[in-house]
Amino acid sequence: MSDILRYSIDELSALYRAKKLAVRDVVDAYLARIDEAEPSIKAFLAVFPDEARARAAELDERGHDGSILYGVPVAVKDNICTRGAATTCASKILERYRPPYDATVVERLRLSGAVILGKTNLDEFAMGSSCENSAFQATRNPWDTERAPGGSSGGSAAAVASGMALAALGSDTGGSIRQPAALCGVAGLKGTYGRVSRYGLVAFASSLDQIGPLARGVRDAARVMEAIAGHDPNDATTIPEPAPALSADLDKGLDGLRLAVPAGLDRWRMDEPVREIVLQTVARLAEEGMKPETVELPGMETSIASYYVLANAEASSNLARYDGVKYGYRAGSGALAEMYERTRGEGFGEEVKRRILLGTYVLSSGYYDAYYGKAQRVQALIREQFRAVFRKFDLVMLPTSPTPAFRLGERLADPIAMYLSDIFTTPANIAGFPAISVPAGLSPDGLPIGMQLFAGWGRESVLLRGACGLERVFRFRERFPGPAAGGGRLS
Amino acid sequence: MNERGYEAVIGLEVHAQLVTATKIFCGCPAVYGADPNTLVCPVCLGLPGALPVLNREAVAMAVRMGLATGCRVAGLSVFARKNYFYPDCPKNYQISMYDRPLCEDGFVEFELGGEWRRVGIERIHLEEDAGKLLHDAGGGSLVDFNRCGVPLIEIVSRPEIRSPEEASTYLVTLRRILRYLEICDGNMEEGSLRCDVNVSVRRAGETALGTKTEIKNLNSFRAVDMGIRWEMDRQIETLSKGGRIEQVTNLWDAASKRLVEMRSKEQAHDYRYFPEPDLRPLEVAAEWIEALRRSLPELPVDRERRLRRHYGIPPYDASVLCGEKGLADYFEAVAGAGADAKLAANWIMREVLEEMKSGPAAPRSDPGAVSSAGPFGFEAPLDPSRLAGLIALVKKNAVSGSAARDAFKEMVRSGETAETVVARLGLAQESDSAALEKWIDEVIAENPDEAARYRAGKTALLGFFVGQVMKKSRGTANPKLTGELVRVKLGT
Repeated sequence: MSDILRYSIDELSALYRAKKLAVRDVVDAYLARIDEAEPSIKAFLAVFPDEARARAAELDERGHDGSILYGVPVAVKDNICTRGAATTCASKILERYRPPYDATVVERLRLSGAVILGKTNLDEFAMGSSCENSAFQATRNPWDTERAPGGSSGGSAAAVASGMALAALGSDTGGSIRQPAALCGVAGLKGTYGRVSRYGLVAFASSLDQIGPLARGVRDAARVMEAIAGHDPNDATTIPEPAPALSADLDKGLDGLRLAVPAGLDRWRMDEPVREIVLQTVARLAEEGMKPETVELPGMETSIASYYVLANAEASSNLARYDGVKYGYRAGSGALAEMYERTRGEGFGEEVKRRILLGTYVLSSGYYDAYYGKAQRVQALIREQFRAVFRKFDLVMLPTSPTPAFRLGERLADPIAMYLSDIFTTPANIAGFPAISVPAGLSPDGLPIGMQLFAGWGRESVLLRGACGLERVFRFRERFPGPAAGGGRLS
Repeated sequence: MNERGYEAVIGLEVHAQLVTATKIFCGCPAVYGADPNTLVCPVCLGLPGALPVLNREAVAMAVRMGLATGCRVAGLSVFARKNYFYPDCPKNYQISMYDRPLCEDGFVEFELGGEWRRVGIERIHLEEDAGKLLHDAGGGSLVDFNRCGVPLIEIVSRPEIRSPEEASTYLVTLRRILRYLEICDGNMEEGSLRCDVNVSVRRAGETALGTKTEIKNLNSFRAVDMGIRWEMDRQIETLSKGGRIEQVTNLWDAASKRLVEMRSKEQAHDYRYFPEPDLRPLEVAAEWIEALRRSLPELPVDRERRLRRHYGIPPYDASVLCGEKGLADYFEAVAGAGADAKLAANWIMREVLEEMKSGPAAPRSDPGAVSSAGPFGFEAPLDPSRLAGLIALVKKNAVSGSAARDAFKEMVRSGETAETVVARLGLAQESDSAALEKWIDEVIAENPDEAARYRAGKTALLGFFVGQVMKKSRGTANPKLTGELVRVKLGT
């Protein structure tokens, strides 16, 4: 295991500046690690060794120009458009699709000096919580390859957790960054809705989707976020202001932050080790003089229900364009209706078809008010209630996932159990505020458990400050070096 | 009302393409006639991950149409997705507006058969156009996405139209307003103005509405008239025989001039409208609305009324002259240069329009001619002051009507003033009695038989003598004065 793989973004940057390290060496080390670990993890749908080496040579030639991600090897979830390179969404229907343009975030990664190593696996069209809904491969959890990495950004989480990328981009519609981050023992950040441009993110549920970083630590996640965040004239839903200075307050600590934990943790179904770690953390913070207050958290039960109505409704419309007419998979020969039916019937996987059907149903005339309309009213209510909570508190702390990584195949037969993986994460999407998952500890089985923080609308810097504070309490990477450092149970 | 005691209830849905520089949600040019699929980008092709960004110019145009038709403009309106599968629609949904349209509750007015009519406008909303299917290419179908994302406004009338004539007049009225505002060129042939119609019939006096059917693809004023007639007749015949009207959508086939059933009620789409999550609700500030209101030109109906009142011209003249803003401007310029208004109206409606129709072959040597490019330009063949000069000569009998028409053509050709042309070609009207008498004497001498018959009471021969004098004078003799002098000479 090369030492190079242990460096954080800031450490790499310092070494580059001091000319003690060449981008080329770093990229070679990561490509070597991919060669070594990828066969057992299957995190990538495509790796770009030639492009990455050419890019490294170009960056070495240019020298460190102060760009924020100079020489940082990153991976990108395969539902984010990369010009001329496959962007499949892990779907048969887009298997050979090559976008003619870069997503805004990809453009910004390139402008920031990052080196894109490859595209990572996901649940088809980001629909799932285990990465098993990929049409191409099931990604393995680097901490235990018999287990799922979570999803849908499972490939990105597994790549970062196993040291195959220093950081990665994921997308989070109901927890798709945070849940796999928690299950793989890395940090995962979803910003305020509109903080990061969605231009070039293949839409699942437009009003909920946000791109965000997965990284080994909070500071690295903040760096990547700074590179990609900010208004984009190509996305009318981005917040019309430049990205705030996200890492300015990172080291200010938890002191002085008003922290809340949800009341009645025993009410919710979660594994004992998860509950344990929340209780321990609360006790620990209390010892250090920060007494988290308990609050009744609104909408925890209802947000998941309204989430599956709203997200599927939008998905049914967003995925209508995959019809065999213009690009991607096409089946059938003769009549138009037959082409539509066979293309979509054969091109989409089971979970995607299930959600398209559910979404079509809830928008149908006669059912709209009972489902979509009601879900929107619930959403407005949840938003208002969280607004009230954030008038009193800076942060809310709660687990990211009710369980650590589950076994591959364990939940495939039970969609509802799979959907409940998102119970703690969906409120942030439904109400649009920023949230982060930070690795907190290991279960008795040696599986990572993540702790989540919510902050008010637009308050990423407070969120990251809190997350950095928690990171110092947990000292997860020092205590459990894990597969990124060659540990874990990599075959 | 129909002779069989039925009346029609008609509503129009008119789609007007806006003449913005770029499409409604991307930067592609919004122009007609380019090679297929050359004016496209990820956004208007609906490629995965692409997002719409609203073109404010399209909003401004739609708001102006709303204001011009007395609509209430919403401070907050909402784009919605209309979901349906069709290959000319690359996302398989159209971005439109649904329950929160941009403009509501307006009206237009027009005069028909000497009576003023007012037709309510239910709503005007913004949406994107679809592409075009080309079916005849080697057995398969091809799609041209150039038109995808061209901005449209849909103008929905209330079902207050009662006859085919009213329907087409309503459409003409809308077209005139769109062109006055310079927001749509109104070219039905190229599809920049399109019309769907809802028709039902009921016995006169009934207040309940009958079952309506929809006619799509009525893409000329004539098609609107014929399509509605066809459908009214069909419905009346069905009802008279005790039949029932089914809720169908028909397509007007312009080639065979008949309606073809497109889909029945059972096949009707459920569009599953929901708010477009890729666009924020559209906010239109009150100050912006006021600024747009101030930018409105005098509207055609107001202008028509003013022209009648101010210039004392007949309603028909006012309506023709107000058909195009440029034409009305030209009339007022000619009248403003001192021409008699009624004469100016006649000259413009006949000679000027005729000359313009005779096409671009007409050389434009007059440097002062009204000239402006673009779909709304009105390029008159003659500078208004020159036409006014000619009309002044006509008015004071300095030139006869027929000589004036010759002078007009020559003025268009050479770009000279009326006086110069009349002098150069010797077209001035001869009103000097001595000169006229000389010609008259010669004509009488040359035609003794006719003179004798006239004297014997055949006074209808007066025209013959005047004609001969005109001929002799090469059209310059004052015909009225010549007639009087002939009568005196021949002793009646």
